[in-house]
Amino acid sequence: MSKTSDHNSTEPAKKPTIAVFKFASCDGCQLSLLDAEDELLAIAHQVEIAYFLEARTRTLAGPYDVGLVEGSITTEHDAERIREIRRQCRFLVTIGACATSGGIQALRNWADVGEFIQQIYATPQYINTLATSTAIADHVPVDFELRGCPINKDQLVELITALVIGRVPRVPNYSVCVECKRRGTVCVAVAKGISCLGPVTQAGCGAICPAFNRECFGCYGPQELVNLKSLCAHYEEQGESRDHLVRLVRNYNGYAAEFRAASDALEQQ
Amino acid sequence: MNSQIQVAPTVDAANPWATHAVRIREIEPEVRDVVTYRLAFEDPAVAERFRFQPGQFNMLYLPGIGESAISISSDPDDPQRMLHTVRAVGNVTKAMARKQVGDQLLLRGPFGSAWPVDSCEGQDLVIAAGGLGLAPVRPVIHYVMNRRDRFGKVWLLYGARSPRDLLYTSQYDRWREADIDVQITVDLGDDQWDGHIGVVPVLFDRLQLDASRTRIITCGPEIMMRFVIAECLSQKIESKQIYLSMERNMNCALGFCGHCQLGPAFVCKDGPVFTHEQMEPYLDVQDF
Amino acid sequence: MSVSTTPVNSIVSFEKPRLQGLLDALKQAGYRVVGPRVADGAVVYDELDSIEQLPLGMIDEQDGGKYRLERDAAAGYFDHVVGPHSLKRYLFPPQETLQQLRLKDGDWHVEPPRVADTPLAVIGPRSCDLHAMAIQDRVFLEGPYVDPGYRARRERLFVVSVQCRRAAATCFCHSMKTGPRASRGFDLALTELDDCFVIEVGSERGGEVLASVAGWKTCSAATVDRATEQSVRLERSMNQRGAAENAPHAAKPRQLDTRDIRDLLLNNLDHPRWDEVAERCLSCANCTMVCPTCFCSSVSEVSDLTGEQVRRERTWASCFTAEHSFLSSGVVRNSTTARYRQWLTHKLATWIDQFDTSGCVGCGRCITWCPVGIDLTEEVAAIRETAK
Repeated sequence: MSKTSDHNSTEPAKKPTIAVFKFASCDGCQLSLLDAEDELLAIAHQVEIAYFLEARTRTLAGPYDVGLVEGSITTEHDAERIREIRRQCRFLVTIGACATSGGIQALRNWADVGEFIQQIYATPQYINTLATSTAIADHVPVDFELRGCPINKDQLVELITALVIGRVPRVPNYSVCVECKRRGTVCVAVAKGISCLGPVTQAGCGAICPAFNRECFGCYGPQELVNLKSLCAHYEEQGESRDHLVRLVRNYNGYAAEFRAASDALEQQ
Repeated sequence: MNSQIQVAPTVDAANPWATHAVRIREIEPEVRDVVTYRLAFEDPAVAERFRFQPGQFNMLYLPGIGESAISISSDPDDPQRMLHTVRAVGNVTKAMARKQVGDQLLLRGPFGSAWPVDSCEGQDLVIAAGGLGLAPVRPVIHYVMNRRDRFGKVWLLYGARSPRDLLYTSQYDRWREADIDVQITVDLGDDQWDGHIGVVPVLFDRLQLDASRTRIITCGPEIMMRFVIAECLSQKIESKQIYLSMERNMNCALGFCGHCQLGPAFVCKDGPVFTHEQMEPYLDVQDF
Repeated sequence: MSVSTTPVNSIVSFEKPRLQGLLDALKQAGYRVVGPRVADGAVVYDELDSIEQLPLGMIDEQDGGKYRLERDAAAGYFDHVVGPHSLKRYLFPPQETLQQLRLKDGDWHVEPPRVADTPLAVIGPRSCDLHAMAIQDRVFLEGPYVDPGYRARRERLFVVSVQCRRAAATCFCHSMKTGPRASRGFDLALTELDDCFVIEVGSERGGEVLASVAGWKTCSAATVDRATEQSVRLERSMNQRGAAENAPHAAKPRQLDTRDIRDLLLNNLDHPRWDEVAERCLSCANCTMVCPTCFCSSVSEVSDLTGEQVRRERTWASCFTAEHSFLSSGVVRNSTTARYRQWLTHKLATWIDQFDTSGCVGCGRCITWCPVGIDLTEEVAAIRETAK
């Protein structure tokens, strides 16, 4: 947790402070945090939850040692606020697909937001929004990211443990297939011909979907080395439609760079 | 790699994961981010059994943080005084940097192959080290000093980025007194520096080597070792007379985890010390 | 009290339904029994209570990136070949605790490793799998250091292997000289004939268990011949692969030319084929996960939030990941080209330096379970064709 410090180092050691902030999101990742209460109780005396509106009304003023940010940037005001939060947090962690890649709402990035507003809102003039939904890292430097839609509780506990103990969090960046095979799940792509994003998606979820006979839809975003060109070509060869593949890739993490490039390329082929 | 591996008396071959408790007895700052720890076994029986060969390493373990392979940098004839020179660069070493005298660590070892000091006896010896690479060869210097008459000419060619990065500076005079020709160089000097400037391989220009009776021991960044080797080969020193210490991702030290493979070798078990003859086919292969 | 036993190397037979008796005898002897079962569209290893759970009448069609189970009225209990699981799961489990530590008054207390589980009997491993187990034995038991967990599980493992009578298109044990007939490494070996099972006793333990199965009888010479002939026929047909053109649309039966393969690969580390295969390879690690000999692992620290309780956990790892070759100065193998080359040269070349055997047993799992069907036999052939 010893990043650059603008704290006065002569102060007596205090408990590290954690702040949780929300942007455009469904709150699911914050719920994962609340869901970890049993684990977090163990270190309740070691950290100070200084700002977490969804959990407690009391708030402490910044600066904070660790900031956890949920949600994507979709308004001018968001873009302002994240810059201020960055100034307030020594170690900034984005949590979840919205914060790390723009989330499902980044589908708007391929559409005309103005048209949506006209169609949906009775008084569209009250709506003040950006044309895009973008990741936090597109606006400010981010120190660490936790992927997932929503994030995994164990990874969150690992993150906080690591920060408290003083080591780098152990968050793998290899594929979902590694977890799937460890678990002993039969590959849905190979045994059933289901187009699955496991091979290009980062592990962390425990490979839940294939264990329930479903394809991975990439909610942990791109793994470290992504080869969607080869994977999509193979699925097409197996009879999958290009439209389906575009929809598969353009999903919760559709706006993550590698996924975005792949779905755009599929459309342009 | 068909090497004959001798299991150390402090390692249980049937349960090589077992650790020994050690305590930090001294912490000696060296250069920026680098300190030397003197560690002592808590169990006197283990301390009694412990011995190591120059070039071997221990796995230092901080529970909850992880294990790290650290070469032993002290005198092999005095195994009770066990030193490790460590740069705070990874998870484990950074956490170690927060430890204090009296703190406990766990340790497995020693592991790995050794500099072939006994077969160097009767020969001339050039030790060429760069940066932190001096730590794993310091046991060789001790070994030579303890039986200096058994060696011919001995040179230590050592370089670092800047004068402030030179390791063990207070000991150079003692080494020189023991008739070791110590030549120091830095990449970049400062106001006080009136020594040699340049990279380690360049120091070879000054030496009159008898290729038939010279052994080379080199340890440092891979790029430095490659140039040292090129220099030696051009002076007709045979590939099997050149020894180098390789670095790969050593996780288990037992040849189980597979991370440290370098071609046919497990660096943790068959290495870290190899002859150039063993490594030659792989040294210039990109990303191997 | 004398223990009744059937001597090692004796060959007996029993009627097919008597196989249940073998299952019961193993349970009686205290084993947890695992065997082939259909789950989620494949034959996997799972707990076995009844022979009703075996994949009777099922065969598997396998090809690069493709596995399909099909009904076949003529198929017996074991006419599937190898599925995604292997003995590796049980001897070198995907996740295991190596040590547990507790911090008390500033000192760490290491708790002894957990005692191994109930002894395990596995029904179904093929000759390739037994060879794979022997290869992992070299890694974990026969080097200078012994992995205590592996040893404990290995010593208690009871293997009832099965002699293949068909091969998938992805099988190439004949090339690797690891099959199809299992000749050692089992406690009992089953050969399924149309009317009975022929059982070969491979160990004293095997003989003791078999002795307690009701209804076995000494095998007639004619029946032994039928069983042997079945393996010989399969081997012959595998050896004739490539001689005849295979049917259109059928999967191409594999074979691997292993002549001088070590030098072939190590002399061609800069062959353009490595870049070419990297265009297709996903670096997803599936091949290494399903490989019955791949042994790479990572040990990670799992601590509670107080940091006072620590478990050291070993999990399967892969040379297709960045963490595998991580150094503080950077990742050594940072591209799919470098990672695929590492995997294949290790498996087929440097393994020989390390363990005096190839790391490949020709089971074909890496071909079938590669999501895009990359075929190592094809990659080696391509390199051989344009080798230096």
